[in-house]
Amino acid sequence: MTHRSVAFLGVPAMVIAFGSMSLLMSQTPQPANKAAAEPQKKATTPPAPTSAAPAAKPRDFRTPWGDPDLQGVWNDATSTPLQRPTGVASKDVLNEGEAEEFQDDLASHLSRDRRDGGSEVDVNRAYNEHWMDSRRLKVTADHRTSLIVDPEDGRIPALVPISPERQKQRDDRAAALARFNAGMPNTYKEVELLIRCVVRTDMPPYMPTIYNNDFQIAQSPGYVVIAPEMIHSARIIPLDGRPHVGKNLHEWLGDSRGHWEGNTLVVETTNFRSDTDIFQAADPATFHLTERFTRLDARSMSYEYTVEDPHTWTRPWTVRIPWNRIDPGEQMYEYACHEDNYDMSHFLQGARDRERRGEVVQPIPHLPSTN
Amino acid sequence: MPKRSLAILAACATISVGISALALNSAAGQQAATPQQPAVGQSGPSASQHALDIGQFPPYKPARLPDGHPDLNGYWQSLVSADWDLQDHEAQSGPKPEINGVYGAGPAGQSIVEGGEIPYRPEALAKKKKNFETRTMVDVSNDKTWHELGDPEMKCYMPGVPRANYLPYPFRIVQSAGSSSPYILISYEYASTTRIVRMNSKDEAPIPSWMGWSRGRWEGDTLVVDVSGFREETWFDRVGDYHSDQLHVVERYTPVSPFHLMYEATIEDPQVFTRPWKIRFPLYRRMEQDFQLLEFKCEPFTEEMLYGRFVKRPAP
Repeated sequence: MTHRSVAFLGVPAMVIAFGSMSLLMSQTPQPANKAAAEPQKKATTPPAPTSAAPAAKPRDFRTPWGDPDLQGVWNDATSTPLQRPTGVASKDVLNEGEAEEFQDDLASHLSRDRRDGGSEVDVNRAYNEHWMDSRRLKVTADHRTSLIVDPEDGRIPALVPISPERQKQRDDRAAALARFNAGMPNTYKEVELLIRCVVRTDMPPYMPTIYNNDFQIAQSPGYVVIAPEMIHSARIIPLDGRPHVGKNLHEWLGDSRGHWEGNTLVVETTNFRSDTDIFQAADPATFHLTERFTRLDARSMSYEYTVEDPHTWTRPWTVRIPWNRIDPGEQMYEYACHEDNYDMSHFLQGARDRERRGEVVQPIPHLPSTN
Repeated sequence: MPKRSLAILAACATISVGISALALNSAAGQQAATPQQPAVGQSGPSASQHALDIGQFPPYKPARLPDGHPDLNGYWQSLVSADWDLQDHEAQSGPKPEINGVYGAGPAGQSIVEGGEIPYRPEALAKKKKNFETRTMVDVSNDKTWHELGDPEMKCYMPGVPRANYLPYPFRIVQSAGSSSPYILISYEYASTTRIVRMNSKDEAPIPSWMGWSRGRWEGDTLVVDVSGFREETWFDRVGDYHSDQLHVVERYTPVSPFHLMYEATIEDPQVFTRPWKIRFPLYRRMEQDFQLLEFKCEPFTEEMLYGRFVKRPAP
């Protein structure tokens, strides 16, 4: 059968690349030093966050019943990092030359344009690269140096000291991840949600990743429905002002309610599960997420989110990510994750095999960055 | 009411129902039913009550979206027990009754297959038998047994079509009405499964998928969905009714009241069946105030079953 030849994430390198998605997005590949030495002109300040979203063009996009039209398949891949690299402290936007250089460096660093090492090494690199979304080789069109737009330094705000219970949870998760990184997970329960195929990029807020960065939006009177590619779920957002579900109902994707502010869809999400890894290790009990979707033109949309958690950060912070229409002839595919999840079976069997052989394996707290 | 008058009334009601039933059966499958005249001597609430009692819908013209098509938006769910067995089935205990008692037992139900029986090719019945015998077994330690053993529903795999529509969980049809949205999205509570119906598309499936590749069109007030490009691993029910990768399904969704869609699916697979066959049942609108789907991400419920044998023991 054809499906058997379409290997899933059966390669450790792939898992490593995926291993810790939030970590991935805060890593900051450094632009080449010589760019910093060139004379800089003052970059334009990106638009202020919150409700001052980029204005829609005069020709409104409307559904037949008059709501702003956000429908279509959108892609959010980018290599602009979540946080501004520390070497470019006050520089919020790259100039044209810097952006090109950053992208070239990335294409090489991520192996796409490398040819050194001989043909076997070259082909091995191609294995991973084949699956990657090539759009992630680009920085955002406005050349910002971070996806974070508030605070102005483009960094996650200072952290609040956390309770001993939460610290223990984080330590336990870190220890489990270290065992997994060394190929020695004890049980399915301690493996990350994305490897278990419970949730991936469908848990909001939405962040770009290495592949399958597509989102399909459908609308009907009183609803906006967002279907991320991974993992084939749909977030059904009612717009009728009904209250959230009761506080004893928790969901991985949270419970969402939407309303329009002008042309912008504002979505508030609460009721996240408390037994799981929530965004940036925030506290599910006090985490609050607000997202803003604004159609800009025929091919682009602005996606912005503000997160706050008084138990984790000293202040709220805001991220803006451009969403781009996929090309004609492309589509979003079904992402069947659990159905052929070789990783769970292989990693757990492999760990038990190594134990039976008496191998002593050191946990690996952090894998070398491949992205 | 005197007995004789009652008998006359009942006889007339039966005749009038028979006539309306003929008209409704042909109309429901094609377009909106046209109003029928009751037979001579019949009318009134008792006749129409009886018609409802035996499952006949009165004529109905659905509400429409701005593009003129019926509005199928809503939360829908079936009430048949076809997920246990498409054909006639008696009540049965579930897996591990010595632990679960009545929890997990299956109810009795009548066949939703037109004509009652699924027309298997004689040589194809052996695989159904094998499916049935191994329906509660799993082994994900190797490729050979991974998809050969166990009902995929038990493993929280995507259920395919039409099974997704008669699982005992609700789903939402999201139907837009603008040219920028040439698709209908169906979101199922079970395993948070989603499928996209491409309206007025002639494209073929680029690759097999669990939920198939759906092309939709309107025939009068009926949404017709043509589905192909299936992974072969889905089952139709818990007793192992199955198909090959040649499966081709044509669904028909017809609004027959503000609260019901009549659902029909024609199933065709020349490798497994001697001819196409049909299933039919109503979909009911969920009417609870502020109803919504809640999560049924069932993967964690399968992990001990699938991976328990690979867990470090004793637990460290």
